[in-house]
Amino acid sequence: MAGGKGRGIAAFSFNIESLGLSRGNMPQTRVGPNKLYPDVEFKPVPLKVGEDEDYMLALKQEIRGTMRQLPHNIRPLAGKGDVERYKERYQRQNMLDEEWTPDWQLFPKELMPQKKKLNVKPGAKKKPIKVSSKEKSDVLSKLDELEKKDDVKSDEEKEEKKTTEEGEEEEIEGEELDEEELEEENDYIASYFEDGDDFGAGSDENMDEGATY
Amino acid sequence: MPKRAVRQHPFMQCATLWEKKPNWCFAKMTAQEVRLCGLLLQEHFGEVVERVGTHLLRGGAQNLRTIANETNTPLDLVKKSLCVLVQHGACEFGSGRRGPGSPVEYRASCERVLRVLRYPRYIYTAKTLYGDTGELIVEEVLQRGHMTMSNTVKTVADRLTHNMEEGRSMEYSEVVSAFSKLVETHFLQRCPPVAEMGAAAPSATPATPGTPAAPASTAPPTAESNPDCYKLPHVTLIGRGKRRRSSDDSEEQRGGKKAKMDSESCGDEGIYWQVNFERFHQHFRDQAIISAVASKLDQTSSEIVRTMLRMSEVTTTQTAAYTQPLSANEIFRSLPPNYSISRPILDQYLSLLVDDPMEFVGKSGDSGGGMYVVNLQRALANLARATLESVVQERFGSRSARIFRLLLRKRHLEQKQVEDFAMIPAKEAKDMLYTLLSENLVQLQEIPKTPDYAPSRTFYLYTVNQLPTARLLLQHCYKTVANLIERRLFETKENKRLLEKSQRIEAILASLQASGAEPEQLTEVEEMITAPERQQLEALRHHINKLDSTENQVDETIFLLESYIFSTKTK
Repeated sequence: MAGGKGRGIAAFSFNIESLGLSRGNMPQTRVGPNKLYPDVEFKPVPLKVGEDEDYMLALKQEIRGTMRQLPHNIRPLAGKGDVERYKERYQRQNMLDEEWTPDWQLFPKELMPQKKKLNVKPGAKKKPIKVSSKEKSDVLSKLDELEKKDDVKSDEEKEEKKTTEEGEEEEIEGEELDEEELEEENDYIASYFEDGDDFGAGSDENMDEGATY
Repeated sequence: MPKRAVRQHPFMQCATLWEKKPNWCFAKMTAQEVRLCGLLLQEHFGEVVERVGTHLLRGGAQNLRTIANETNTPLDLVKKSLCVLVQHGACEFGSGRRGPGSPVEYRASCERVLRVLRYPRYIYTAKTLYGDTGELIVEEVLQRGHMTMSNTVKTVADRLTHNMEEGRSMEYSEVVSAFSKLVETHFLQRCPPVAEMGAAAPSATPATPGTPAAPASTAPPTAESNPDCYKLPHVTLIGRGKRRRSSDDSEEQRGGKKAKMDSESCGDEGIYWQVNFERFHQHFRDQAIISAVASKLDQTSSEIVRTMLRMSEVTTTQTAAYTQPLSANEIFRSLPPNYSISRPILDQYLSLLVDDPMEFVGKSGDSGGGMYVVNLQRALANLARATLESVVQERFGSRSARIFRLLLRKRHLEQKQVEDFAMIPAKEAKDMLYTLLSENLVQLQEIPKTPDYAPSRTFYLYTVNQLPTARLLLQHCYKTVANLIERRLFETKENKRLLEKSQRIEAILASLQASGAEPEQLTEVEEMITAPERQQLEALRHHINKLDSTENQVDETIFLLESYIFSTKTK
């Protein structure tokens, strides 16, 4: 609005004087980004020096060193294939307390490291396998029945073969699933996810079959 | 909250308290804070914990699976990292958002991680108050997160014995007495118990979990909510520290581990102790006030203030604006014996303190010879203000500092008024104001004369707000410390080869000396480092020491600003 009125002469819509500027004295426009390390006009104040500061400095460095060697310091799993460096020999000597077991009363159960209990109680394992595969085969057989209404009898044989194959696959899957369930010991039902996976696999296979007529 | 009919797992019950946390607890961390926390985690706990911790800090509460997937870290490493973080109180867990059935969620606490920067100060304070024994106790508890009393006593006794002369060892009872003193004065406290949450939750009314004493702490069942918080367990520890000999180190370690397993049953399992950071902060604050009084007035005034603060230690709550009123008679009686000033002189000092513009001490009544309080909140605000003014002075010069102080005092000023009051020529005043404005230390406030905010009819006033400026400066401090750490890591990395070489040579020298080698062999080994390398190493050490010392000193500023900002929150 106020821009065109000055007839070519730049006019500001507010009183420039109130900001301390005047016509001849405009602040410089920026020509580019700021410097990465701008010039410092005043040198910084020197650090405090004294007994207290020296002691705290020593403490700080000591803490850093010690905490690096505590078991709290978790190292990423390093590849073993590399040549063992000479320095590792005398560095490893400094490790304090390789193992640390927290008091599990204070931690949630899911953080406990679970060992793979593959050999324990095979008898008890078979029951869950049977149950789960039974459930799945029930579901699949229902799907098969629905399909059979549309299919020719010759396909039934193929389907039967497929269900037995699927049954075997499920047993294998069931084993893996049960290992995971034992591993986590979560308070929520892990099979919630697994059923979904199986549903997808089951329906895909049936659909493939359906497409082949 | 509806009572749960079925008994849940104890830690699930913290869900109800979890949801009641005030909103500001969940405030997003700033980028600088997260960066600094990441660096601190990396330096002290390693890369894996850093990755997990940073992810938690950035993303809020998450469950185990999410963390593992999003950080591409194997599950068992994530579990270990979470254990470490929980052990040190940097992370807390609770049942998920979808109710008791959903997976456990973890939440990291930025504030707690930043405390790691202050560890040297805590330990040094313990040393000044309770000697070497106190120092080692606090150091051990800090390094391990939390510990039982028996474990601490044994470890500290062993360490002290190690440093003593041959044949002497440290009695457990001495360590126990130092430990008790730390607990009595509230420097150590019991960890908030997890199992007791089941009992605490139904009985606690909605108001009490936010105990007025600790709104800053993020764990809903705070340590203070436990009535036994400062009660020592009934354990009799009899024995002496064991000296570890370097020759049969490995044997001792194995023996030490065995001993630990045997002596598990000391009677205080499950009772863990942690450092009470708030109490240390109270002590630092008192120290800051006393030294400010000493430098502004004189030593005697600071002694008087110290006495007043000491008398109010137990009666003042965490967030009190001022101490309980103390009468001049009481103060006179409690002055330290070597400061024998007469009663009228004390009165004069007190009135001087009250009249001082820094408002450290206030008069709240006339009974008992005059009732006096220490204005804690005002003192903190003034200390923060002094810090801000000092920063402006050191960065922009004394004239800019004059403008800054002026604006702090007068609140809102126009350009012309600034020039007049500060007695600085217009052009320079304008330059300085714009520099301060570009650094966000000064703000421009528009006061419209007409409702349409027309620029020609609006006042433009310069103003400084202390609290937002303090926050800004605090973020600068975090950035500074993060930069210092990064520079130090860079310097170390640049000279990695040289450092390793010197480490190797030191190890060789140590082993040679232990096996009794001749001086010629030692000098030969020492000469493996050439003179220019020695110089380089010396320069490197000097730089690293300087950077470390700077971190410690920036932390002092951080403490002041944090205390000030925190004191304004609870009103």
